Amino acid sequence: MKPVFALLTLLMLGLFILSLVTGPADLSMADSLLAMIWGGDGPVPIVMREIRLPRAILGLAIGGALGLGGAAMQGYLRNPLAEPGLIGVSGMAALGAVLAIQTGMALNAPLALPLSALIGAAAGAGLLILLAGPGGGSVTLILAGIAISALANAGTALVLNLSPNPYAANEIVFWLMGSLADRSMLHVALALPLILLGAVLVCGTARGLDALTLGESAAMSMGVSAVALRWRLIAGLALMIGPATAVAGVIGFVGLVVPHILRPWVGARPSLLLPASALGGAILVLTADIAVRMIVPERDLKLGVLTAIIGAPLFLHLIWKTRSGGRI
Amino acid sequence: MSLLELRELSVIRRNRQVLNDVSLTISEGELVGLIGPNGAGKSTLMEAALGMIPFSGSSSLAAMGTEGRARKAAYLPQSREIAWPVSVEDLISLGRLPWPGGGYRAEDRDAIESAITRMELQPFRHRTALRLSGGEQARVLIARALAQQTPLIVADEPVAGLDPAQQLACLRLFRQLAQEGRGLLVSLHDLGLAVRFCDRLVLLAGGTVLADGDPRHVLRDEMVQNAFGITLRHVETPDGPTVLPV
Repeated sequence: MKPVFALLTLLMLGLFILSLVTGPADLSMADSLLAMIWGGDGPVPIVMREIRLPRAILGLAIGGALGLGGAAMQGYLRNPLAEPGLIGVSGMAALGAVLAIQTGMALNAPLALPLSALIGAAAGAGLLILLAGPGGGSVTLILAGIAISALANAGTALVLNLSPNPYAANEIVFWLMGSLADRSMLHVALALPLILLGAVLVCGTARGLDALTLGESAAMSMGVSAVALRWRLIAGLALMIGPATAVAGVIGFVGLVVPHILRPWVGARPSLLLPASALGGAILVLTADIAVRMIVPERDLKLGVLTAIIGAPLFLHLIWKTRSGGRI
Repeated sequence: MSLLELRELSVIRRNRQVLNDVSLTISEGELVGLIGPNGAGKSTLMEAALGMIPFSGSSSLAAMGTEGRARKAAYLPQSREIAWPVSVEDLISLGRLPWPGGGYRAEDRDAIESAITRMELQPFRHRTALRLSGGEQARVLIARALAQQTPLIVADEPVAGLDPAQQLACLRLFRQLAQEGRGLLVSLHDLGLAVRFCDRLVLLAGGTVLADGDPRHVLRDEMVQNAFGITLRHVETPDGPTVLPV
């Protein structure tokens, strides 16, 4: 195993622990970790187990899903500008969540919002399968994804447009910015199994994505079934990205930038980039989620805003690199 | 022994008959040149034979499972696509994907090393394939097909875009591979090279096989006039017969 994988794993574990010990409650690191493991009386175990642990687990899982999904999409489409949101599932999940807020369902039941978002994601995945079909190529998949995203964005805009009062609109806008604050173990139980299942499916495409480096025809001649690869990828991405968006909102740029950052270190071979990007995505989201709690703890800085702030300069770097004749 | 048998293979694309009842056999030790004008159906014939596109009729390869087929035939597509800056060695190792273990067993390493040595790629093995010249990239891709260790190699215009020295080197290698017992189906536009190097030529025009057999017999004046609308001057050289389009 390359040393960079060991380094990424250590960094991720370190940030996971740092995420556990970061928060407005003034707790010492040792006490809080011990209280989380051994429990006990008082508010500390509750803070650790009910507030910080789900937040850290979700940061790790969602970041990993976004990083893995980004690397898989870039590998499948052989395009370094691809990202997991391209298939439209996250847009549809957001629409589902926005509808739950608009209709007031989100207030009545704690899981109404993520469940509604999951239904939206499932509808998005179904629509994608219907539009892209088993025989369609990668261009059809992108077009179908763009169409679904446009539809979902239009639906979200319509809901915002028709929102009954500024408070509902405000809540929708804030939810869309993405956050891991105030998530519970219920959110973890809802999203984590699906994300793990999706990750297993996506990891199973690694050899096929390697072969796709030489184009679709060459990959097929090397024993890769284009149809099986495509289904596995679509199902895996939908299972990861749908639940990730359902519980955390829209967290952009992670799936796009993480493979770019890691390619010089682990190489461009998709089978190496997939696990590296999962680790890198988890690192980026955990870091950003720690940062939102530290930069302005008194204001609710949204996670998606921070990842976008981190992601934008990387694009400036890519522009600079391509203008100097390099490859992105 | 036959490595590929096509029986009455037909392909219809967008309501157009691209291939019409093509029957063809490739045997061990045979270098078969597939010639014909642009749009004759050469690439379609190769893709259908390998089971990559729907067809009617039968192909002995397409009838196998995906992995089984990949252990019988390696394919070099017309487009030399390399999507990512991957090292030469990594690209060549992709040829081991159809085999159990997918590139990590001792026999996989031997196959990869043998392909690197045969294509004289040792100096480049750790370099990024995208930084190599077109000719060097073509050698890398042929090495990938060799690493697949299949009895049959199907190559779609493998010498297109190569300089004359590289074209000769490529076809000499194919000749050697045929002498070692492999079967090769290679589409070519250069009829002079096709006559010089191939054991047999298959002339395809309008999706139909016009002629199949000895190169000089296939490239008869009326056949060439019919398929390409040109005439050929047959020339004897110290290296054997060749033809010049006039």
